[in-house]
Amino acid sequence: MSAAIELRGVSKSFGNVAIIRDINLSVAQGERHALIGPNGAGKSTTFNLISGYAAPTSGSVLLRGEVISGLPPHQINRRGLSRSFQVTNVFANMSVWENLRCAVLWATGQRYAFWKNIDNLPEVRERTAQILVDINLTERRDVAAGLLTYAEQRALEIGITVAGGADVILLDEPTAGMSHAETERAVSLIRRLTAGRTLLIVEHDMSVVFGLADRISVLVYGQIIASGTPEEIRGNPVVREAYLGEEVA
Amino acid sequence: MSVPAASAAPPLPTAADRLKFYGMWLIAAIVLLLLPRIFGSGGALTTFSLIGISIIFSLSYNILLGQTGMLSFGHAVYYGLGGFLAIHAMNIVIGDRLPVPLPLVPLIGGIAGLLFAVLFGWVSTQRSGTAFAMISLGVAELIASSALILRTFFGGEAGISTNRTKLLKLFGWSFGPQIQIYHLVAAWTLIAVIAMYALTRTPLGRVCNAVRDNPERVQFVGYNPHVVRYLAFCFAGFFAGIAGALAAINFEIANSAYLGAEQSGTVLFATYIGGVGFFVGPIVGAIFVTLLSLGLSDLTQVWQLYFGLIFIAVVLFAPGGLTGLVMMHRPLLKAATLPKVIPSYLVALPPTLAMIAGLVLSIETIVHYTVNPGDDPHIRAFGVGFDAASRSIWALAAVLLVGGFLVARKTWQWVAHAWDDAASVAREKGRPA
Repeated sequence: MSAAIELRGVSKSFGNVAIIRDINLSVAQGERHALIGPNGAGKSTTFNLISGYAAPTSGSVLLRGEVISGLPPHQINRRGLSRSFQVTNVFANMSVWENLRCAVLWATGQRYAFWKNIDNLPEVRERTAQILVDINLTERRDVAAGLLTYAEQRALEIGITVAGGADVILLDEPTAGMSHAETERAVSLIRRLTAGRTLLIVEHDMSVVFGLADRISVLVYGQIIASGTPEEIRGNPVVREAYLGEEVA
Repeated sequence: MSVPAASAAPPLPTAADRLKFYGMWLIAAIVLLLLPRIFGSGGALTTFSLIGISIIFSLSYNILLGQTGMLSFGHAVYYGLGGFLAIHAMNIVIGDRLPVPLPLVPLIGGIAGLLFAVLFGWVSTQRSGTAFAMISLGVAELIASSALILRTFFGGEAGISTNRTKLLKLFGWSFGPQIQIYHLVAAWTLIAVIAMYALTRTPLGRVCNAVRDNPERVQFVGYNPHVVRYLAFCFAGFFAGIAGALAAINFEIANSAYLGAEQSGTVLFATYIGGVGFFVGPIVGAIFVTLLSLGLSDLTQVWQLYFGLIFIAVVLFAPGGLTGLVMMHRPLLKAATLPKVIPSYLVALPPTLAMIAGLVLSIETIVHYTVNPGDDPHIRAFGVGFDAASRSIWALAAVLLVGGFLVARKTWQWVAHAWDDAASVAREKGRPA
């Protein structure tokens, strides 16, 4: 069985500056994989390369064995890969309901239909309602996304990401800027919503990473210096020196 | 995790809601039928026809600006080409005695607008924002200058004319009298408004809103924002073409002014002044701007100047347009806190009006001295005669303008305070303003 996501010798340069240098990474189907590393290591760039936001300078990205590097983001999404953003990226003037519904439309085969009444689509309605319940925003259904609290917006961001039913989910720092209690809620939400799916997550909070991930890869200066189970990563002297240091000590 | 999810969805419209909804369109149809009985004069019927055309055109523009977030400076291209193609089609129909009645001609204009949107749209909708605005301007200039060069098709300065009464007659309607044109425009306006409203309630319509809010994110839920913008552009072109064809039928002529920058500017004004954030906004704007341009031109020589000032005032002080101004009072009305703000409005009104009167006096006096310096200084503006050469009038204008502004500024602060109070009470009652 081919890996859910595979990066083969992927490099990305902006001008003369190499951001990502010859990365090889493999995430198995159904695995929860965390990508950690110091600021500026290239974690978000790696997400951009996988999700089609940017194309690699060399190397290739494979989704379930098929090359997807070079495809535009919407085509990668249609193949079952969905991502969230580090900076909240929702449809600010639309209600929570409309946000989630938009994320469900393509996945339910509505395409660019201009001959169907949006309220007469039971499947869209049911799936949207289910996601709304899943992310605990039923009370805020009709509020414009731009007026939600930060934690609510982050939950909506995750909701939009998983609503389409993609089986490969990329979450970019989903708990950044959250309080301890909010983080706990977010982690249990992520755990619930990504059950049975493949998850690649960028995260700075080490308790989240070690609590959630099956495997961890450490990215430093655009290179993966180690990949392994949480125990292996914790015990890896190179990782301790380069990144974890005092945080695990 | 099997929470009863269905109950989380917004309630589906009940039978009563549906009845209310369809009743609204029925009432609109009845109003359109009754209007000519109340205002039957030729002038009124012409005005109504122009308003109807403007409503279709403005709503088609709002598919771009309000629904999909595309600022076009060249929407008149599709209006104008719809008009020209309609005139040519009518002349061919007349010449070849084809069995096409006049009521179908707007459809020809719509298809023409659609085809040109299909043609120009793919490139212009690659990006939104500034790039789209610039390309729309470029295409508009290209077509407008072609209109003066390609004389066989566009008829040069004079334009192309036709005779709308020579087409196949249905039920004995010749479409000579303005009342018959009114009914034609009214019917097409109702059809087009319903169609454009329905469009907002489709998957495409909702994804258009998403593209407006965040084109980047749309890509990550499976949609290509370029295709969404392109489809919206084609729909906008189609309805603009219908409006252009109706204008061509109404005037029995199409000329280069149809596709010019002024026409593109007017539809932007009407849509924005009405309010881009609401479906009814462009309808309100079309009515307001058409009446204003017809009314102001009788009242003052420099009506376009006032038009521009009104536009600036709306952009600065009421970005939601006239509809936005009305709608922002809804939560206050529901929370019964509207009486808190009314007194402040009444206090603010006199000094604001005084300021405007001073501004008008100043403008008209300056216009007299710059445009017609040799003429009799006893001039009339807005139905009021005054002596533009009189020092006391100058002094009055200055006092009204400066004094009005100083007093009005204080009262506006008062309005703002009263508004904040009323809105926070409304918020506490659970109706966020």
